[in-house]
Amino acid sequence: MQATKTPVLEAVNISKSYGEKQVLADVSFSAGEGEFVCIVGPSGTGKTTLLRTLSALGTANSGEVRVNGMAITRPPAEVSVVFQDYSRSLMPWMRVGKNIELPLRRYKLSPAERTTRVTEALRDVGLEHAKDLYPWEMSGGMQQRVAIARSLAYRPQVLIMDEPFASVDAQTRADLEDLMLDIRARLGVTIVLVTHDIEEAVYLGDKVIVLSGRPASVSATVDVPLGRTRDQISTKSRPDYLELRAKIHAMIMQSPSSVSG
Amino acid sequence: MNRRKLIKVLPWITTPGLLVVLFVVWELSVKALNVSPLVLPPPSKVFENLGDLLGKASTWQNVQVTVIEIAIGFSVGVAAGVVVGVLLGKLPLLEASVRPLIIALEVIPKVALIPLFVIWFGFGMTTKVIIAALLAFFPVMLNVLLGVRSVERGHRDVMQSINASRWQTFTHLEVKSMMPHVFAGMETAIVLAVIGTIVGEYLGGNEGLGYMVVRTLNELNAPALFAVILMLASVGLAMYFIVTSFKRVAIPWHESVYGRKAEG
Repeated sequence: MQATKTPVLEAVNISKSYGEKQVLADVSFSAGEGEFVCIVGPSGTGKTTLLRTLSALGTANSGEVRVNGMAITRPPAEVSVVFQDYSRSLMPWMRVGKNIELPLRRYKLSPAERTTRVTEALRDVGLEHAKDLYPWEMSGGMQQRVAIARSLAYRPQVLIMDEPFASVDAQTRADLEDLMLDIRARLGVTIVLVTHDIEEAVYLGDKVIVLSGRPASVSATVDVPLGRTRDQISTKSRPDYLELRAKIHAMIMQSPSSVSG
Repeated sequence: MNRRKLIKVLPWITTPGLLVVLFVVWELSVKALNVSPLVLPPPSKVFENLGDLLGKASTWQNVQVTVIEIAIGFSVGVAAGVVVGVLLGKLPLLEASVRPLIIALEVIPKVALIPLFVIWFGFGMTTKVIIAALLAFFPVMLNVLLGVRSVERGHRDVMQSINASRWQTFTHLEVKSMMPHVFAGMETAIVLAVIGTIVGEYLGGNEGLGYMVVRTLNELNAPALFAVILMLASVGLAMYFIVTSFKRVAIPWHESVYGRKAEG
């Protein structure tokens, strides 16, 4: 039965144009339960457009997005988005606790249940003591952790992340990457992460979707058989890791879109 | 003491110090140069007059009138500015159709209208309140209009991604992100409301600090005139201080508030 199981998130032949300019052409992929899927492609390939379509923040011209087999038209409760820029996604007038509570307004929860969820979400990202801080009192990495906690408090089946670590330093980035692997392992959530960083995509993903061309389409789906436990140093020095990284790099270099960047 | 602390404390020491120096130099130069007290009275005379004035009940009556006029005018102007600003910000078609009119109204020197208001509303408080409100209205309205339109796109995405209703988006997002703009408008508005009220009192009526300025001028009582001007300056400063204090309480999260803290 494993093989016929409905994917949690499925993109089916998504095409999208802005006026005359087609951005996405027939993009299809799927993410199974607890799977970590990385979508990689150079800047300007329409990754953000794809992400907006996946989370129903934008609409496609054709094709559909299915969550648990059902086509979606509005942002579904099963999906939560972690945006690229935490400073534009956390509300500066809300303390950390309130920011995390915000999406919970969608549900009729008791105050006690809300508090529990906020506390749990903060614990999941290792920020137990930050509840009463304002976002701007924290470092960038901490703010992105809060944004991740906000998505987790929602208890989504799918976490969609748009270049979530693009604006933090390298060390913080490595910490956050490991945090996401840990969260997937502990909570069993499906993660779809969009990035331009091939190294990050291979390190995190069970599967890497390579997006290329103009308009962008899926040029390859690469399985990453590195196991679920990964380590910044040992995994990244494994020959099969390096080989995969080079292979995907070559695919992206060959695609015509890399010329114009 | 480290540098940051010093920067924070320094104005509190230097400001009174500079004022004392100013008054001493003023006093000595008036004495030394034998300036007519009609032109420039020595500060000792001014403070003597100030003391006399503050001892009179009628002075406090006038202070009260001016403060009430400013307060009501400012409040009405701010309230109207917020409402109109939100409406115009939310309804681009309406804004486009009335924009030329608004610009025209904005550039008219509104104090030029005061004689008209005197004809229409008389010499009482109403005229001054209207002028203060009119002057306070524009900066608030224009700031709010801008504020309504400059809600962070990313924040909108967040509200949309959690399926927030229009009302939730308004109360949790738009109102909050508008507040810094409201306060920016209010900081300009309070200064203008004070100006409007005083000019209104210059031109009509027989009460308020502005009236006291005119009266002491007619009496050619320069020391008293200086004293009243000092009182006016204090009222203006107090009003501005109240608005900025309110801002510190209302939007502690905004960089115009915490930025100062961090830097000091």
